[in-house]
Amino acid sequence: MLDNSLLFSLRLSLQVAAVATMFVIIVGIAIAYILARRFFRGKEVLDMIFTLPLVLPPTVTGYFLIILFGRNGMIGRHLYDWTGWSVMFTWYAAVLASFVVALPLMIKTTRAAIESVDENLIRASYTLGHSEWWTAWKVILPLAKKGILAGAILSFARAMGEFGATLMIAGNLPGKTNTMPLAIYSAAASGDRDQANVMVLLFTVISGLFLYAANKLSKKVL
Amino acid sequence: MSLSVKVNKAFGAFTLDAEWSIENELAELFGYSGAGKSLTLQMIAGLITPDEGLISLNGQKLYDSASSINLMPQERSFGYVFQDLALFPHMTVLENILYGGHGIQKNERRQRAAEMIERFQLIGLEKKLPNMISGGQKQRVALARALIRQPDALLLDEPFSALDAPLRMEMQQLVKALHKEFPIPIVLVTHDLAEACALADKLVLYANGKVMQTGTPDAVLSSPSCPEVEQLVKTRERLLQFSASP
Repeated sequence: MLDNSLLFSLRLSLQVAAVATMFVIIVGIAIAYILARRFFRGKEVLDMIFTLPLVLPPTVTGYFLIILFGRNGMIGRHLYDWTGWSVMFTWYAAVLASFVVALPLMIKTTRAAIESVDENLIRASYTLGHSEWWTAWKVILPLAKKGILAGAILSFARAMGEFGATLMIAGNLPGKTNTMPLAIYSAAASGDRDQANVMVLLFTVISGLFLYAANKLSKKVL
Repeated sequence: MSLSVKVNKAFGAFTLDAEWSIENELAELFGYSGAGKSLTLQMIAGLITPDEGLISLNGQKLYDSASSINLMPQERSFGYVFQDLALFPHMTVLENILYGGHGIQKNERRQRAAEMIERFQLIGLEKKLPNMISGGQKQRVALARALIRQPDALLLDEPFSALDAPLRMEMQQLVKALHKEFPIPIVLVTHDLAEACALADKLVLYANGKVMQTGTPDAVLSSPSCPEVEQLVKTRERLLQFSASP
């Protein structure tokens, strides 16, 4: 039952979600910090743009990614000219898709957590001679860790379940880009109920275990 | 050692327009809530930028609108104790104090932190988090954290307002003792005239964003320069009579 293609899809899903979440955490914290602590024109427009993938159908997000990163895309074209390489239909594209759809969850929760840190603590750190960087590292982020952890968990869960945008830019290439959700879709569409049942069960159990572990972890950390 | 302040800032209908200077003294900024005392303190520390003015400490300009000087809070050497103390809730007592020792070499910082812990009677509490210690202990941690760097002046924003009377008196005595140990200007914001008179070398009276009078407590009380101060003195006398009567 647990054949090679299934194991491949499972491993790929975990790999894509882990790598995407890693980038989501780094980029998400940076953007959330800027949105929470800096004041500049167009800030809320920027927030709106980063939030869009949360409300747009993943296919629309995927379409935007094609426009940007496709071989003839606004960014992808230059990348292809220089390197002869395109991100499209590689597992990196699946990471990109997961990254973009999961990022808003990270930004939203982290921004709220950073904004809820008592302003006087930050000012205290400044009067004690500490730079903004050091204050962010030693005071703001540790006090916002609850929100950051929640954001990371949500992002990983969202990345694991990503389907639409992944299908648009990474395709559904067996043994190459077919993550679990895509493999399940293929199995169901082709009437392979046995395979679909196994994968659905496995995916549900793994997601449940992940949520349980995340819950345990957040209780331990906080 | 001297601190001189001249600041001006408009907040909608409220305008702060304050000027005073102190030597190596313990000064109390006194006035009712909303008079602009805390605002002045935050401007001295660089947490709020005035519209215009001049702030200098020991001859060094920290803020000067005329020559566009405005040092960051990090570049000003003040110990600042916030009204809510602003102890870092995720750091232990020792970590809070060590955090105040920015720019001091590691061994030296440890050494000084140990001295501070002894000086402020915090022995045995080093590993406790701020939410596990009493109000008076928190005050002492905040003072230790503010003083470990040996700042050029100490600013205290209504630090004792949340304490009950006996503890408040104890802390006032502590500040008085600190002023002898650390020969630096100390500025304390208060709305308790009794405290101001008991502690201060110099009283700076605020009302409606303006400084009404400055001088020693005796001088201010004996010759009020304006109706606002007169009113204050009368209120104080009434209070004293009230508390003296059986």
